This record gives sequence, C-alpha cells and structure tokens, in this order.
Amino acid sequence: MATPQDISKPATTPEIAVRRKPVKAPSAAPVPEIMKQGPLVPWLYLLPALVVMAFFIVYPMINTIGLSFQNRDGTASAATTCREGQPCWGVFENYRYALTAEFNTSSPGAFWNSFWSSSYGNTIKWIIVMVFGTVSVGLAFAVLADRVKYEALAKAILFMPMAISFVGAGVIWKFVYDYGTQQNQIGLLNSIITSLGGRPVAWLSTTPINTYMIILVGIWIWSGFCMTILAAALKSVPDEILEAARVDGATEWTVFWKIMVPIILPTITVVVTTMVINVLKLFDLVYVMTGGNFQTDVIANRMYTEMYKNFNVGRGTAVAVVLVLAIIPFIYYNVRRFLEQEATR
Amino acid sequence: MNKDRINKLLNQLPTHVIIILTMIIWIVPTLGLLVTSLRPPEAVGSSGWWTVFAPQNASGPYATYCADCHGVDGKALPQADLSNPELIAKYPRSLQLLAMLRKPINGQPHMGDHPLPSAQEAADIATYLRQGGQEAASQFTINNYIDALVGYRGQDTYRADCAAGTQPPDLKCNLSDILNPRGMGRAFVNSLLVTLPATFLPILFAAFAGYAFAWLDFKGRFLLFALLVGLQVVPLQMTLVPISRFYAQIGLNGTFLGVWLFHTGFGMPYAIYLMRNFLGTLPKDLFESAYLDGASHWTAFRQLVIPLAMPAIASLGIFQFLWVWNDLLVSLVFLGGTTPVMTYQISNMVTSLGSGWQVLTAAAFLSMLLPMIVFFSLQRYFVRGMLAGAVKG
Repeated sequence: MATPQDISKPATTPEIAVRRKPVKAPSAAPVPEIMKQGPLVPWLYLLPALVVMAFFIVYPMINTIGLSFQNRDGTASAATTCREGQPCWGVFENYRYALTAEFNTSSPGAFWNSFWSSSYGNTIKWIIVMVFGTVSVGLAFAVLADRVKYEALAKAILFMPMAISFVGAGVIWKFVYDYGTQQNQIGLLNSIITSLGGRPVAWLSTTPINTYMIILVGIWIWSGFCMTILAAALKSVPDEILEAARVDGATEWTVFWKIMVPIILPTITVVVTTMVINVLKLFDLVYVMTGGNFQTDVIANRMYTEMYKNFNVGRGTAVAVVLVLAIIPFIYYNVRRFLEQEATR
Repeated sequence: MNKDRINKLLNQLPTHVIIILTMIIWIVPTLGLLVTSLRPPEAVGSSGWWTVFAPQNASGPYATYCADCHGVDGKALPQADLSNPELIAKYPRSLQLLAMLRKPINGQPHMGDHPLPSAQEAADIATYLRQGGQEAASQFTINNYIDALVGYRGQDTYRADCAAGTQPPDLKCNLSDILNPRGMGRAFVNSLLVTLPATFLPILFAAFAGYAFAWLDFKGRFLLFALLVGLQVVPLQMTLVPISRFYAQIGLNGTFLGVWLFHTGFGMPYAIYLMRNFLGTLPKDLFESAYLDGASHWTAFRQLVIPLAMPAIASLGIFQFLWVWNDLLVSLVFLGGTTPVMTYQISNMVTSLGSGWQVLTAAAFLSMLLPMIVFFSLQRYFVRGMLAGAVKG
C-alpha cells in the first residue's frame, strides 16, 4: 500500500521524467527462488481477471472503433449514410458528424460562437475552470486547515461530497439554483440575490452562465479529493525547511509559493491529470441538471445522447473514440509515471 | 501573556474565517436538502427551507394585515369568511393572494390605507389560512420519506390518500407497497443487489491477480502490469455500446448478472493495481518460511495473503462500493427502468418532474444514507485507497 510519501515522492520532477531514457523494465519485487513453480500456476491466478478485462475492456474498445465506421445500426459502412449535396468524409462520415456537426462555419465569428457553445467548447471550459477550481480550493484548504484545531472536522466536511452520487449532488444544487417566481424564491441563491435587491436568475437555463453553475457543483464535489491528496503531500514537506525560512523572515505567502508548491509540484501534476481525466469522463452531472440542454452539453453526455436517445450506434461510438483520443495523452502519462515509480522503488 | 494570545488570535482570524466560511458553503446545500425533505409539501412550495430556523408566527402577519376587517377568527365578513376552506383554496400561495389583494373592492383598494404585505408575509398568511387559522401543528413531517419509499405520485400524501381510500391504483396501502417498482424502497433493494456482488467479485479476482503480479514469476509480468495501468483511465463510454449490443443478443440486458460482470471488468485494473502494490510490500521472509514449511501457493494465498491484505481489501471494498452505488451511467444503460436502482429513480424524478421538491429531496437523502454511513465509518480506509491509486475509471 502506498503511503502518502509514496504518492508525493519528489524523487523525480516531471521534466526529468520526460527526458530520461526509456526505463529498463525492473521486476516489481524479486520473487524468492524457492517459490518458483510450474509455468502454468501464475496464469491460473490471473485467469479470472484477464478474462473479464479482455471481455469488458479490450474487446469492446476494438469493437467500438470498428462500429464508429459503420452506419446507425452497425450493418453497413458509414459511407452509405452520406447524403447527396452534403459534405461527406466517406468512411469517416461519423467523425465528420462528431467533429463538425455542432459548428456553424458560415463566418469566423459564427464559428467562434458555435464552438464555445458546443460540447467541445464546454468540455474545455469544464477542464479549465474545474481543474483550476478544485486544485486551488483543495490546496488552499489543505494549507489553512493544517493550522486550526478542528482540522479533522473541516476536512471531513470538505470531503463529504465525495460520498454523494453525482445524481444526489445534482438534486442538492438544482434546489439551490431553483428559479421561482418574482415573489417567492425557494432556491437559496436566488433568495439571497432578491433579498439584496437583485433580480432572480434562471441559473440553469441562462447561457453561458449555466455551464459555469454546473462546474461549480463539480468543484463542490471534487475539491475534497484534491485537498486530501495535496494535504498528504504537504505533510511530507520537512518542517525544518519551513521553520528555517520563517526564521529568516520569509512571509507565509513566500513560504507557500517558494517552498511548499515547488516541493509538492509532482503531486500537483498528478492531481491535475487525474482531474482532467475525471472531467473528460463526467456525464452524470450534466445529464441530471440540464440533460445537455441550453448549450451545456459535454462530450461524454453527447455520446450518451447519440447512442441511447438518437439510437445511432455509428455516431455514438465515433464520439466515444474522440473522447478516448483526448484521454490517450493521459494514459501515456500514467504509464510513464508508473515506470518512473517502479524504477525508483 | 494575554496580549500575546490576543495577537495570535488576531493573526489566525483570517484563516478561521476562510475555513469556517468554506465549511458553511460546503455543508449548507446538503442541509437544505435534509430540511426540505422533512417539511410538509405546501411549506416547501411557499417558503424557503431556511425559514424553519426563523421564529414562525403566521398569526402575526394575519393580525397585522387582516384582523382589522376580517376579525380575529376570520368570520367578521360573511361574504369573505376566511374560515371557509373553499374560499381559501383559491389563494394557495402568496402569488394568488397578492393578486387578489391588489384588486379593488367596490372601487376601494382592498387593503384600504394599509400597505400591501410583502411576498413572505403573504405566503405566511396563505399558509396560516390554509391551516384553518391554526398555527402549524408541526413544521416537520416524515410523510415525504414514506411517499418516496412507496413511490407515491398523487396530489396529497400516501397516508392521507390511504386513510381516505383514494390511493392511486398501483398502491395497496399495506406493507407490500414498500416494494412498489416506482418507489425508492424497491430501488434501495435493487441498489443493494447490484452493489454487493459488484463489490465482492472484483476484490476476489483482484486478490488472485494481485498475488500473481506481486509474488509469482511469469513471462511478461511487467509488461502486462504496465498495460493494466494504462487501462485504468479508459473511459466507460468507450465500451458501453458493444457490451450492450452483445447483452441484447444473449438476453443479459436488464439483468443483475450483466451489471455485476460489467462493474467487475471495469473495476479490475484499479483493484489489481492497488492489490499488487499492497501485497508487494509484505515481507519476503514470510513467504519463504511458509514455503520451507511445505506450503503451496494456494495455501500461502488463503492463509497468509488474504488475512494480511485486509487493509487493502477494506480500501478497495469501500471504493468499489461507493463507485457502484453512486453510478448512474451503467445502470441507466443496462438496467434502465426494468430494475431501477436509486440513482436511476432519482434522475428519472428530476428529468420527468413527476413529483415535487419534497419527495425528490427525500429520495435523494435516502440514496445518500448508506454511502454516508459507510463513508464516515470507514473514512480512513477510503483515504488510503485514494492516496494509493488516485485514478479510477
């Protein structure tokens, strides 16, 4: 089991990790000579796991790629779905749909606007705002909570939404954002605004703020995750260094930016990549809160819509492949990081 | 001495303010959900949940604005007898009441020289009148939870309808209602039936595979494990379509078995990763001496590995449990409405808007109950598992 130190292991900074020559495959833990047995035994232990993974992850991935080049029920090539007089990418027709259907290319301005209200634009908003939000709230809270007596309680409260389903969180926040009548606000947010003399806002159907309002829910859910991992990393920062800096007259602000952040930078990178992956896959929140309407769609929800509402296998799988293409750099990074860890084990 | 302490306190003040403010922002929305789920429907629709913390005195606004003309008991004007339920039923909310108060009577303003009540006061007056001029007997009720459990979607409450014999046709007003397919009671059972095997199976398989990766020598051990690390981040969406097509062919759609297997397959990479890393840290001597005593791999696995791996199993268990319990996408695709789980049922209530906030909030709270208990009692293990893996498909 990895201890907190294991995660934050500052042995290699990411830059070094990238530049280093391919790591030689080390054996994970040397197996004692006496334990060596017949060549079949290990495979018996691996069999159940390998079978379910092959069947539920590897085979469907390959199959999904194949289906993305087919028509709406997977019976003929996607090229047959082209319409005359319309642009056509032949066998890549589903990808043409997945990549361009949401965009208005009549003018650069229209393209720009349609991009930022498309599922791609929204996913980019999600990545930027949510990752920045969760990491900064998590980091700030990890640093500050360390100094108060009720640290455990404070952290438990920030962490609590992790136990709540996205659906439950969606209900909780839909109620906070509720848009009542001019006289009667039962949603907390609009009630605060009207009591301050403002006008109530339909938070979830007013573009473009609605996307950001859903992202706030995401931040509410995931900040605790970032906080926990970053707090574990912060605990491994040697106290002597911090004390020495303080004795030398460094302000807390300097200590934070010049000492803490550089030391835990590898962990921050891990948290950021994990969050990006989580955001890319995020489906439930958008599904529950707006169903992707009012220009809040994201890639993961669009895949669901194409597949299970429009019943178009080809288009649904094409969107899924686009999603996985976006994630591939992170798969690469993940494996790379694993190899680094193993090498320094 | 004292001065020092005050100074320290002042220095710490911004920290406390930020932390406590954040804690409030984090806890208040959930608190609102809990409070709302315990309020009577008419109160939920007419006033914000936070008003339960304010001293409630509905007779106050009534006395201020209405008692002069209508009388303390509301019966002073025979044409406008405020104790008459039929008349009151026309003004269920502040909106209708205020509209009526703005209308002139016989050419005179309704309120005479009095100012109009505010929206909140009007809502209080409406509530007060609806309750027959009584102070609300109780601000809280558990009816919403009963309604949510049995899947009641009528106009009143399940208990009131059953007492009057006017319940919807799908309810029988006996204990069997708790398993009504539209209710959260049944969904709770379904969620449990999905979650328990879908938590147990991956742990079992991962323990086997983790042992092989940690303590058995075979060709391609490292390569296979590196591949597994990559598989951890493959999105669920990438595999849904072929599996649901295949399930449709062999009749596994809508069955528990299909969901168990799917969750097992998808939980595998992370579970093996965690298991192998944990088992790899066990001391080598332990296994060597077991072997010298003539133990086989199977004995070592059963009698050494499983008991020693309990902390990892606990981490994994709670992780997988929360993951499966809170999942919406997989149950939406493979189970749907035929065997609805809690998340499905709630998302359905949200999107179809079939019931009011009071039932929706009660249902949401019911679905959060078990994960909350698991989470707070086993938080230590959860955090450990998270720190060890940090990535989950």
